[in-house]
Amino acid sequence: MNGRRVRAIAVKEALQVWRDPRSLAVALLMPFMQLVLLGYGVSLDIKHVPLCVYDQEMSQQSRAVVDGFVSSGWFRLARALPNEAAIRTAMNRDQCSAVLVIPADFSRRLAMTGRATLQGIFDATDVNTTNIAMGYAAGATAQLQSTFEAKYAAAHGLTPSAVGSVDLEPSTWFNETLDSRNFIIPGVVAVILALVGAQLTSLTISREWERGTMEQLISTPVTTLELMAGKLTPYFVIGLADAAFCLGAAIFWFKVPFRGDVSTLFVTTALFILVVLGFGYLISVRVRSQLGASQIALLVTLLPTTLLSGYTFPLDQMPAPIRAISLVVYARYYVSILRGLFLKGSGLADLAAPLAGLCVSALIILWLAARAFHKRLD
Amino acid sequence: MSDDGTVVEARSLSKTFGRLAAVRSATFAVSRGEIFGLVGPDGAGKTTIMRMLAGVLRPDEGDIRVDGVEVLREPERAKRHLSYMPQRFGLYEDLTVGENIFFYGELFGVTKTERQERTSRLLEAAGLVPFQRRLAGQLSGGMKQKLGLICALVHTPAVLLLDEPTTGVDPVSRREFWSILYDLRETGVTILLSTAYMDEAERCSRLALLSAGAIRYCDTPARLKEQMPGALVSIPSSDPRRVRALLSGQPGVLGVLLMGDRVHVRVDNRDRRTPELARLLAAQGLAGALIEPAEPGIEDVFVALLGGQEAA
Repeated sequence: MNGRRVRAIAVKEALQVWRDPRSLAVALLMPFMQLVLLGYGVSLDIKHVPLCVYDQEMSQQSRAVVDGFVSSGWFRLARALPNEAAIRTAMNRDQCSAVLVIPADFSRRLAMTGRATLQGIFDATDVNTTNIAMGYAAGATAQLQSTFEAKYAAAHGLTPSAVGSVDLEPSTWFNETLDSRNFIIPGVVAVILALVGAQLTSLTISREWERGTMEQLISTPVTTLELMAGKLTPYFVIGLADAAFCLGAAIFWFKVPFRGDVSTLFVTTALFILVVLGFGYLISVRVRSQLGASQIALLVTLLPTTLLSGYTFPLDQMPAPIRAISLVVYARYYVSILRGLFLKGSGLADLAAPLAGLCVSALIILWLAARAFHKRLD
Repeated sequence: MSDDGTVVEARSLSKTFGRLAAVRSATFAVSRGEIFGLVGPDGAGKTTIMRMLAGVLRPDEGDIRVDGVEVLREPERAKRHLSYMPQRFGLYEDLTVGENIFFYGELFGVTKTERQERTSRLLEAAGLVPFQRRLAGQLSGGMKQKLGLICALVHTPAVLLLDEPTTGVDPVSRREFWSILYDLRETGVTILLSTAYMDEAERCSRLALLSAGAIRYCDTPARLKEQMPGALVSIPSSDPRRVRALLSGQPGVLGVLLMGDRVHVRVDNRDRRTPELARLLAAQGLAGALIEPAEPGIEDVFVALLGGQEAA
């Protein structure tokens, strides 16, 4: 490798990016827009689930139940329903995604036996939301339960512990507020860097073919490795800047707690950027038109990274064959590293497995990219 | 360079694209200091030969040696000895004139003083001094070609390969271009160029005439002219097409070629046929047409040597 030639290519490439509004937009505007879109648009927290209530009893007790649900903050009272037929109508018109039915004998049963049943009906067309809403409902019910148990015990001259069941007190670690944003934002950063990185370099070789500059370039003594190193250098700098922007926004704007070590963050991020740039370069070598290369880079990065990187969909819940496929989705390693660094404050030793995955990806992709280019027209 | 002064040697080069035989067993040798021209119509295989010599296209068969290096075995080493200027403008239009020159200078490892000395001399010769900060994409066609030549010459190549370097270039720029080439030849650089312009072919020291991928004749312009069968007469006319129609296929007429407002007629015997042609034209109301003996140009030779064979 001749340092002068690498530098000449890097300088030339940097000048071209600087003078090409399209490249600049991809480099600087795209991460910003994606961060806004994904950072705000994607949230797995469902607050204020619209709730309709069909209260058959209409007593003080039943109103206390409804208040209990609403005051939990998870539900919002959408409508009170007059009869059973109205339940279906309300569901069909999307006025609510959950219906609480309070039976007419609710208070009587509670007073007599200390137990009573509420009916919850959930719109399960969106399974994910339903699961969460059901969880919230269970939580709200549990709170009501303890209040009623205390009352019942007092009324019957019993100590609360004699009636009260053993309650599970859940304790959440690492993401104490159970804010899904803390979990998602580091993943969003990984997805954005994977997308932008591949876009950046996907144009670099195809541009030379398309503009007819490749023929003269390959007639010079520049080697394929020098070409790759020179071409990746300016994009590496841009990639690091994009990473600094996204990670900075995650920490200071989205307020995701960062508990790890900054130098570990830097090293792993640099490695990841190298992988995504190498991948874009590989596509660029294979596809000789700029449009084609950029489309392919988008397609083969977007779907796998959003679906199989574990950024929203947990990988360990997937069937084995799909889990196996996800091993080549290099973004998953960076997603785990970022989550570890942000939420757990993991050190290098804790991150050994995903770090190894990232290193192997880097080696394979850069090796393929270096080999893919031939200094020939045919 | 081998002992006999041969700098470029191509032996039975062949290249096929799909079913099309672009180059068929081309063999030629070029000596140090020659300006060697590949001449032929579009599609004759000029560009394919140039690309194979430059080491950017692999021939299906054959051998190439450039400055003593086997191009097929060591293409990267051979590339240090040559400069190649493709037919399509191959420089970066979003870089300035100066940046393009700097870039190629760095790729060839030229020292700073060498680059500055050579660049200023070449920019001067090409009349590009005031345009150093202009983006290459904003240059005229002729200026682009001269810039291409400067980039190709920023290092000292043993062999310069120019693929149709003056296509679409104005006459003034063309003259400057050729004067740079002549200066270059003085310094011992061997130049191979392809051209479809016959007047340009005339300026070369040796020519290879190509047709349908094969080299049919290869010699100096003078000796190629000697090989032309028959002799030439030239007839100025205000209606050259009519003259051509009248004379084609007449006894003793081997070929008729339009040259602007003249008609070149190749005959088997000039002394005998001149009066015959005069009578023929007079009979058609073209009395008094001047029929003067003419020296053949490369175009006449090319058509005489290759046109007939293609038609047959």
